[in-house]
Amino acid sequence: MSTTLTLDGFVRWLESFRARIDEQTAYLTELDSAIGDADHGSNMARGMAAVMTKVGESPAATADELFKTVGMTLVTSVGGASGPLYGTFFLRVGMAAGPVSECDAAALAAALRAGLEGVVARGKAEAGDKTMFDALSPALDAMDAAVAAGASLEEATAAARDAAATGRDATEPLVARKGRASYLGERSAGHLDPGATSTALLFEALAEVTAA
Amino acid sequence: MKKLINAPEAVLADALKGIEAAHADLRVDHAGRVIYRATPKDQGTVALVSGGGSGHEPLHGGFVGFGMLDAACAGEVFTSPTPDQMQAATKEVDRGAGVLHIVKNYTGDVMNFEMAAELAAMEASVDVKTIVVNDDVAVQDSLYTAGRRGVGLTVLLEKIVGAAAEQGRSLDDLVALSEKVNGEGRSMGMALTSCTVPAAGKPTFDLPDDQMEIGVGIHGEPGRHRVPLADAHHIAEQLVEPILADLDFGSSPTIVMLNGMGGTPLIELYLMYGEVAAILQKHGVTIARNLVGNYITSLDMAGCSVTVLRADDELLSLWDAPVETAGLRWGR
Repeated sequence: MSTTLTLDGFVRWLESFRARIDEQTAYLTELDSAIGDADHGSNMARGMAAVMTKVGESPAATADELFKTVGMTLVTSVGGASGPLYGTFFLRVGMAAGPVSECDAAALAAALRAGLEGVVARGKAEAGDKTMFDALSPALDAMDAAVAAGASLEEATAAARDAAATGRDATEPLVARKGRASYLGERSAGHLDPGATSTALLFEALAEVTAA
Repeated sequence: MKKLINAPEAVLADALKGIEAAHADLRVDHAGRVIYRATPKDQGTVALVSGGGSGHEPLHGGFVGFGMLDAACAGEVFTSPTPDQMQAATKEVDRGAGVLHIVKNYTGDVMNFEMAAELAAMEASVDVKTIVVNDDVAVQDSLYTAGRRGVGLTVLLEKIVGAAAEQGRSLDDLVALSEKVNGEGRSMGMALTSCTVPAAGKPTFDLPDDQMEIGVGIHGEPGRHRVPLADAHHIAEQLVEPILADLDFGSSPTIVMLNGMGGTPLIELYLMYGEVAAILQKHGVTIARNLVGNYITSLDMAGCSVTVLRADDELLSLWDAPVETAGLRWGR
């Protein structure tokens, strides 16, 4: 357990996220079949595979460099809505983190918050629209609150993980108002949002890495 | 899943090879996944770039050629292409008069084309304008959705605006013409079955034998309502009436497309066209031109969509203008 996440830690976070996406590719696609177009799992798996290849080929010296590579790779390999949304998320995280080689809990929370703002600018989603926002935003609120209360990096990311999972679960009864699921109207209720589900995996991976 | 494929993950790459083998007047950038005209249009004319997820063939690659598109960016099945593809296509086809992006209103397509336009603007070398097509009357409550989807009208718009581009009209003219077409056309679709995305390996949803989906888009997603199966006449009514309720076609001539979703035989599409034409005529709508066949499909989905475009002399003459593409070909 450490007080900062180093560049190696960021890469382990990405590896762990990729492993979770790979494990749950079929599940994510199944969720997307119910209210979307049955491609979220395979798209994210393709994107994260490309990310790990790129990151392995040209190791970054700083966080901004690393996350720029991650963001651009997702933008250019995923397509759909997830490509621009996850891509913009990581591009903004990198810009906010800056040319550093490690982040403490407060810096990480601030960088992730910038990522959320990028997602909102790109997708214009609000709370309760049944999108990745509904996992991402509560996760960062919980992380900020934990950091403000003096929590450790491990505690803050665990709080974010739990809030993301709660947010994901809360998307089930919602009627979608953004993205392809919105065309189903009332029929989109009763299903978890695939984007909120993959976002919860991102925070599971982060909490795992900071606890290691 | 029974499909004529080598491997689910190779469907797009393999299909692009086949498109290139079949059409000598197309050039395919396999790495960039863009279909171009083999012979670029003249310097000083506006170029048209479209694109979207694959699985809608002949849209968009089948509409690249004289009188329609200059390039089509192919995404994975039902997944929009990426900004780098669109930016590369935009730079490649620009003949100094600007480039029009034709985008179907789907969240992913709009976001990726937006990022492409931002990238192109950063380079400041190409004048890019965008038309977002949104003709699907199945989406009523557009304040609480991502807005009306871009469906069948996209085919008519690419034909009409493509013809105008060949005449040497300016980018601003073409944007205005695109907005006119988009404002005057409406579509409605239905499905008898779901479709099977190769990577998913099974139908996107289950649809019992005695049910159908009304108000579907073009991605095998469920529609607005699931209702009992009806005969062709009553299905035609359920498609035409929402269109007529949405736009008053008055006594103007119209262009009507009866489009197959990919898994319905032509005999049924013609049968449906007969029903649709009779209902439109009963409502006093004049059909000046028509198109019957598979033009904007949803893989192997069975079903159809109806598009009605209110046309004036300008639109009819652009519709009649020569076109030479894999998907539409006349007058040349």
